[in-house]
Amino acid sequence: MDRPPVSRGFKSKRHRSETAGLPPGQYLTTDFPVLSAGPTPAIRVTDWKIALQLGGSLLGKWTWDEFEALPQTTITVDIHCVTKWTKLNTVWQGVSFDDLLKVVGLSEPPDAFVMAHCDGGYTTNLPVADLVAGKAVVATRYDGLPLAPAHGGPARLLVPHLYFWKSAKWLRRLRFMPRDEPGFWESRGYHNYGDPWREQRYDGD
Amino acid sequence: MTATDAPLQQHSIDWQTGRVQAIVTETSRVKSIILQPARWSGHWPGQHVDIRLTADDGYQAERSYSIASPPEEQLLTLTVERVEDGEVSPYLLDELRVGDALEFRGPIGRYFIWNQTRGGPICLVAGGTGITPLMAMLRHRKMSRPNIPASLIYSARSLADVVYWDELDTMARGDLNLRLVYTLTREHPSDWNGHLGRVNEVLLAENSFTREQNPTFFICGPAGFVESISSMLVKLGFDPFTVKTERFGPTGA
Ligand SMILES: Cc1cc2nc3c(=O)[nH]c(=O)nc-3n(C[C@H](O)[C@H](O)[C@H](O)COP(=O)(O)OP(=O)(O)OC[C@H]3O[C@@H](n4cnc5c(N)ncnc54)[C@H](O)[C@@H]3O)c2cc1C
Repeated sequence: MDRPPVSRGFKSKRHRSETAGLPPGQYLTTDFPVLSAGPTPAIRVTDWKIALQLGGSLLGKWTWDEFEALPQTTITVDIHCVTKWTKLNTVWQGVSFDDLLKVVGLSEPPDAFVMAHCDGGYTTNLPVADLVAGKAVVATRYDGLPLAPAHGGPARLLVPHLYFWKSAKWLRRLRFMPRDEPGFWESRGYHNYGDPWREQRYDGD
Repeated sequence: MTATDAPLQQHSIDWQTGRVQAIVTETSRVKSIILQPARWSGHWPGQHVDIRLTADDGYQAERSYSIASPPEEQLLTLTVERVEDGEVSPYLLDELRVGDALEFRGPIGRYFIWNQTRGGPICLVAGGTGITPLMAMLRHRKMSRPNIPASLIYSARSLADVVYWDELDTMARGDLNLRLVYTLTREHPSDWNGHLGRVNEVLLAENSFTREQNPTFFICGPAGFVESISSMLVKLGFDPFTVKTERFGPTGA
């Protein structure tokens, strides 16, 4: 790749240490910005259920209380949004994808890809390899508190090593599928995989 | 979600260097940068570009800016507001000169978009510089199908902070299908007879068409603004699928 042209008169206002170690093009925020395509749905936990599916068949389904009773995992991770902010050391609690497989009695994932389905019709696709071995959690708590609706509550997927749109908010259903299919943003110009370290923001990156 | 939101295009969006053709002062805190792209395959109103600045030591900063110009124009217009202490926006307002090279890529985004083939009515709600992508929609509407019913609800701190005032005024004059509604949140002239304060449910209900007319909403501005307007619309009974949002900034400033 050619060296990018220097922008005359541009100097960093940030300390080098602030962007050192961040994925390319990202900057640090301490705020927690909200990003979604439309209104925040109002979901009552009493009406809420979450399902794990293999194609059209049900592998498991949980009410809020049942889900809360599953083994809990707490992780501290950095999150990277495609709109360029990165937030360090965020603390989440929920049920790991590995534990979900275990509780439905699966020793291996049955298919190579997963589509996450959410309230509001939003979907996102992921390779199963990016969800297993501690890589993903269905999060119900942020910083020790129940996840706020604007941030995806009652539950969101958390896949912190990919751009944050992959961490789908208002999660309702995880569906195994044999072949990869693009989700909502993935069919609207965003990258199919979304690795921040390779700056896979948009189609073709 | 509708699968028809936009046709698929599967090419990579490469960085390119545009040339700054003109810089227009819009308000005391906002300027428009008019850019000649090296190549451009067209865009939809509502799309944005990413700008990348590179310091001489190799440090880079990237930010997104909506395209304010309609697809009918060859040059791209970006309208940038100064964020105090910001890294990129003060550079674009204070340092950038006509003739400078500016690295960018786009067009980006295929959700928060509208074009005349989708028809109307459209109800646009802008908070501050959130007007930018909505202006591309209005400019495109004017140049293609000005009879599509449209309303713009524009919330600004003061009259002096309203970007594109003259152009909007001219646009609305004699256009019975376009309704402009301003509300000023902080300061207002003594003879102001428009709305005051934040956009509320009454103002929205009165200017957003009826549910039967099935309007599409485009809401853009600071995160808090967008969040509050979109939940009011859902409360008013509009289908959440018709409410499209774009959030500019992390804070509710
Ligand atoms: C899709 C998209 C389209 C956008 N289109 C436009 C546009 O058309 N015109 C435009 O002016 N901006 C637009 N923005 C915002 C823009 O990308 C930058 O965030 C903004 O210019 C601030 O960048 P900065 O480097 O000057 O400030 P930074 O150095 O990023 O931030 C400095 C401080 O200001 C805060 N801050 C950052 N952004 C904002 C903001 N927008 N409002 C209030 N506080 C903020 C930060 O949290 C930080 O504390 C858009 C953003 C997105 C995601």
